[in-house]
Amino acid sequence: MSKTSAETVVENNQTGNQFPAVSDDNRVALAEQEKREQWKLLSLTFPALVVIALVILIPVGWLFYLSFIGKAGGFSLENYQKMIEYKSYARTFTTTFQVSFLTTLICILLGYPLAYFLAQLPGRWVGFFMLAVLLPFWTSLLVRTYAWLVLLQRKGIINDFAINMGLWESPIKLVHNMTGTLIGMAHIMLPFLVLPLYNAMKKIDRDMMHAASNLGASPARAFWTVYMPLSLPGMVAGSLIVFVLCLGFYVTPAVLGGGRVIMVSTQITAILENQFNWGAASALGVVLLIATLLVLFIAGRVLKLDAALFGKS
Amino acid sequence: MMYFGERSITRKTTSTLVTSSLKPIVKAALASAMVVGSATAADPVTVVSWGGSYGAAQDAALFNDASANTGIEINRESGASMSKTCLQVESGSVSWDLVVTGSGGGAAAAAKGCLEKIDFDVVDVSDFYPNLYTDYCVGSDVFATVMAWNTDKYGEPGSDGAPKTWADFFDVEKFPGTRAYRANNVDGALEPALMADGVPPEEVYDVLSTKEGMQRAINKIRELKPNIAVFWESGAQQAQLMKDAEVDMSTGWNGRFDNAKKDGATVGYSFDQALLDYDCFAIPKGAPNKDTAMKFLAEVSKPEYQANLPFHITYGPTNQKAYELTTAPKELIESLPSHPNNVPLMLPVSLDWYAQNRETALELYIEMLSE
Repeated sequence: MSKTSAETVVENNQTGNQFPAVSDDNRVALAEQEKREQWKLLSLTFPALVVIALVILIPVGWLFYLSFIGKAGGFSLENYQKMIEYKSYARTFTTTFQVSFLTTLICILLGYPLAYFLAQLPGRWVGFFMLAVLLPFWTSLLVRTYAWLVLLQRKGIINDFAINMGLWESPIKLVHNMTGTLIGMAHIMLPFLVLPLYNAMKKIDRDMMHAASNLGASPARAFWTVYMPLSLPGMVAGSLIVFVLCLGFYVTPAVLGGGRVIMVSTQITAILENQFNWGAASALGVVLLIATLLVLFIAGRVLKLDAALFGKS
Repeated sequence: MMYFGERSITRKTTSTLVTSSLKPIVKAALASAMVVGSATAADPVTVVSWGGSYGAAQDAALFNDASANTGIEINRESGASMSKTCLQVESGSVSWDLVVTGSGGGAAAAAKGCLEKIDFDVVDVSDFYPNLYTDYCVGSDVFATVMAWNTDKYGEPGSDGAPKTWADFFDVEKFPGTRAYRANNVDGALEPALMADGVPPEEVYDVLSTKEGMQRAINKIRELKPNIAVFWESGAQQAQLMKDAEVDMSTGWNGRFDNAKKDGATVGYSFDQALLDYDCFAIPKGAPNKDTAMKFLAEVSKPEYQANLPFHITYGPTNQKAYELTTAPKELIESLPSHPNNVPLMLPVSLDWYAQNRETALELYIEMLSE
């Protein structure tokens, strides 16, 4: 490309046609500068690329390798065969995806109105309410998880209060089950959805809504046909972050699930702690990784993720 | 951080800035790698135990005094685990010298070749109870897996109407209420279910040696599952569940319940049909201070240290002589799992059974949990 344009420059100079030659000269110079800039950027990102290779690619490759090593020490598929033999593996994968999906759904239902509210606030109030979103975000995960345990357990604050008020008679099972897990997970994940969504909503031009009403749309119609689609990229990006983070979650389901909500991460720990079997644990990790990538790929196809995440059209 | 004026960062300096700032990082990384590789015998011995009241009791009764008396410096860590030990051994970067483990985990790690053989010329076990040490692990204390209950709800142990056997634990009509049971780990989980199903204690491991026998135990737990409110993961959690009255009855380790009682929980337990088990000290294969660790192990195995343990946690000594030396009151001594009055009430845990069946049993157990 640059070669041909250089040739045209020469040709143009020979014919003495000055006008396009100047602009071509510029183009060549610009192209060269752009190339230099790209090399410079690449060299600047080189350390980061090396780090990524060291901390991600090599360990993940090692994980794949280990998953094919049997107990005898040689190549074997036994770690994968075991996952078919025992139904618990399929069940923990179902639970993991179920918990992740429901948490994401709850986060959307709670987070969308919250982000909308934040986006409508005048500037000086945003900081205050944003702090309400961020403060829990900065608090230790363990502290928040155990705080929910104190609130939700059989003789916890919520049950005690409700029984004293006569709302219900005997304690309701709020924790050590799926309910408690979802409450805790949704609380921890909410900021991951609200922050990108708020960002997307802030960029929506209010005049668009005015234009819609001007053309006769009711407020509801204006919201669904104008505002909602424009906020969608932020929502998709936030939902994906939440969903993927949930897939590998360990602490909260372990504490609030009461041993009934067994996620893949829990099972990996059980195998490592009790069987010292790196191969079997690695195989679980590999399947979870592939399942996650598959979900991202399908979501990418259906939702046009490139547009949502990177702003390409 | 130095401030560079905007102008001072020219095209040339950006590249040198990157390389020159990387140099010290690389140097530091190389230096730390060399330090790890050259541990000497003068280094403190790294002793690894568990958190909560257990590790604190060992510090107070064993480690602090043994360190002072021998002059062996120790570096105390928590989070002992045989899987981490094996990981260190297999990756050739062992940093632990003496590690606490349950007897079953110790036997499994030894079978995998992760542990050093104990030098019995250094460690004197002549006064130990038989079966409380192996070639690779020296017993540190004797504990029991018991059933504990809320005494407000079911009465004090031994009183009329209080639960007595595992059959009572599994009987929610006679003893209505919620239960807690072990999560994600099959150690001590199947034996109670079989006893509740009518198998006499001495036949439990025979029945469990077949897959049908394991399934029979698991079916019994499956029946109880709707009433199991929580599956516990740790000793600290057992104590917390009883303190919060989150469950009415739980399986667990006797010392944890005694300490919960000291903290004000209304909890009681009995040794009837309990599982008699022990914890032990192991030395990882290739431990950096293997010889010093062996000497330290010899010291803490002496009866005079073990005699102090009951003051801090109600786990029994493994060295019989400790019973002669201890100054603990009679009542406390009689409450220890290894006391001659209590041992006949219990079923000793079979290490052989765990060595052969732990893996299959765990898969079946998790299968039931995940339903």
